[in-house]
Amino acid sequence: MELSTDDIRKVASLARLEFSEQELASFSTQLSRIVAFVEKLNEVDTAGVEEMAHPLDVHSVLRADELQPGLSRESALHNAPSHDDECFLVPPVLGQKSHGSR
Amino acid sequence: MNLCTLSALELATRIQARELSSVEATQYFLSRIAETEQHIHAFTHLAEGALDRAEQIDSRLKSGEQLSPLAGVPIAIKDVLCTIGDRTTCGSRMLSEYRPPYMATAVQKLVDAGLVIVGKTNMDEFAMGGSTESSYLGPTRNPWDVQRTPGGSSGGAAASLAAGMCSLSIGSDTGGSVRQPAAFCGVCGLKPTYGRISRYGLVAFASSLDQVGPLAHHVQDLAACMAIMAGHDNRDSTSLAAEVPDYLAELGRPLKGLKVGIIREQVEHAALEAEVRDAVSHTQRMLEELGASILEIDFPHQEYAVPTYYLVAPCEASSNLSRYDGVHYGYRELGDASAESPLDAMISRSRSRGFGPEVKRRIMLGTFALSAGYYDAYYKKALQVRRLITQDYHRAFQDVDLLLGPVTPTPAYPLGEKLDDPVQMYLGDLFTVGANLAGLPAISVPAGFTSEGLPVAVQLQAPALEESRLLNAAFQLQQAGLFTPQVAEPPAT
Repeated sequence: MELSTDDIRKVASLARLEFSEQELASFSTQLSRIVAFVEKLNEVDTAGVEEMAHPLDVHSVLRADELQPGLSRESALHNAPSHDDECFLVPPVLGQKSHGSR
Repeated sequence: MNLCTLSALELATRIQARELSSVEATQYFLSRIAETEQHIHAFTHLAEGALDRAEQIDSRLKSGEQLSPLAGVPIAIKDVLCTIGDRTTCGSRMLSEYRPPYMATAVQKLVDAGLVIVGKTNMDEFAMGGSTESSYLGPTRNPWDVQRTPGGSSGGAAASLAAGMCSLSIGSDTGGSVRQPAAFCGVCGLKPTYGRISRYGLVAFASSLDQVGPLAHHVQDLAACMAIMAGHDNRDSTSLAAEVPDYLAELGRPLKGLKVGIIREQVEHAALEAEVRDAVSHTQRMLEELGASILEIDFPHQEYAVPTYYLVAPCEASSNLSRYDGVHYGYRELGDASAESPLDAMISRSRSRGFGPEVKRRIMLGTFALSAGYYDAYYKKALQVRRLITQDYHRAFQDVDLLLGPVTPTPAYPLGEKLDDPVQMYLGDLFTVGANLAGLPAISVPAGFTSEGLPVAVQLQAPALEESRLLNAAFQLQQAGLFTPQVAEPPAT
């Protein structure tokens, strides 16, 4: 299928990516080509074939619920772009605009 | 003294016998790196304190401690494996300053075995690519022809060996990322069975396909490395509990009676270049001389392997890479402060500036194929064809012990050649992705050079957990002279 720039814009917002108009256009061409390429799979009759998500037949591996050492707060926060030694810090979830409109 | 093509096992034996020290061996390779790295760019960065660690190994060996058959050997680690106290960049701006708070299990086992990490090797960004050109830190060059790609995504891992910058190298293989660069650079590379080596600390690309694998000049070094890295890990629930064989002891079995299958759809493939096909035929004759019998095998779903892979891998990647949100670690850039949600704006801006084009392309493709209305037509369909491809392998292995074929359709191609054409780049993976989809072990073995002086290679594939069979066959071919370990000298300046 052909992906329009509107399709690309929608997928980009799902993927939390932003693109310039020029990038949107080039992605729409490239992704349309790739999608056309993978559509080759439509030639294959897969009626009744069980999906294979994983090469191993391993499900719900359990272990004893025992206390084990984990990351200290300090090392967990070490790579954070912004923190206050206790929490990860992020910009406001709701901005001025959304306050104003509600 | 030339240590570049000496086997890592032999080097360790000399270190053990105190003919030379681990410090001397490490110094040797560090000075090779100092000479050659400017031409090749195999590393994202060198590890701090390599000589200090080598010295510690020397003194532990001196005190009589038994470490492992590879103790004291300098090793390079692909920058996709977490190393504590050092950066792990994944070739991405997103992780350019990331210092993991823990060590990958595979790397920890190598360190415990006394290997000395000299540096982290360059790679396609997040291991997505086949040329190492998508690295945020710039491309790696092929030591055999610096105008050409070393392959990818473990391009730095293969090039570091081909240029004589280390004795052993660790990569990762999601769709051929160990085997294809090994082939392009004229070294050996093994992708083990899915689950054979813990993925704990391997930065996730496509979790049902990713596997850590060693590269070396000599097959026996791969075996020694596997003996150290393989095994169950409580921290990776997909790691296999199967007993780890003594891979080294299993080398040297005669090949008499071995049944080797040649996949007709691979050797007759239109994209396969003559000199690569010749390498497969030559290897086939050599195997026959060694007592193996050859059978032609049909692989009806061969041509669907790449399209299947390029749905499964991007779908898993789009999910895995959602963790890069500019909050817990990685690159952050604030978005429009007046946006409805400044948090959302920050996340989108960070991801858009932190990821390069190929990573974004795959996230977009995966997000699309998993989105409402398209899931069944694309992702589910790919998972069904994945089952059929796996069944092709199972059928083949009812008749044969191993499969022989090409690793890549062509030898290394010029840098830049496929950058603007993703589909062409993806088609380069047509012989390697099958083993990942089915979770099987496969090895790339050098098989000489083209008339232009570029390495060519062949691939052997085996049923799950039959690494010993693969390694033994590759070792017999090495002993019979299929290839001689060689290092490319840097261009004269």
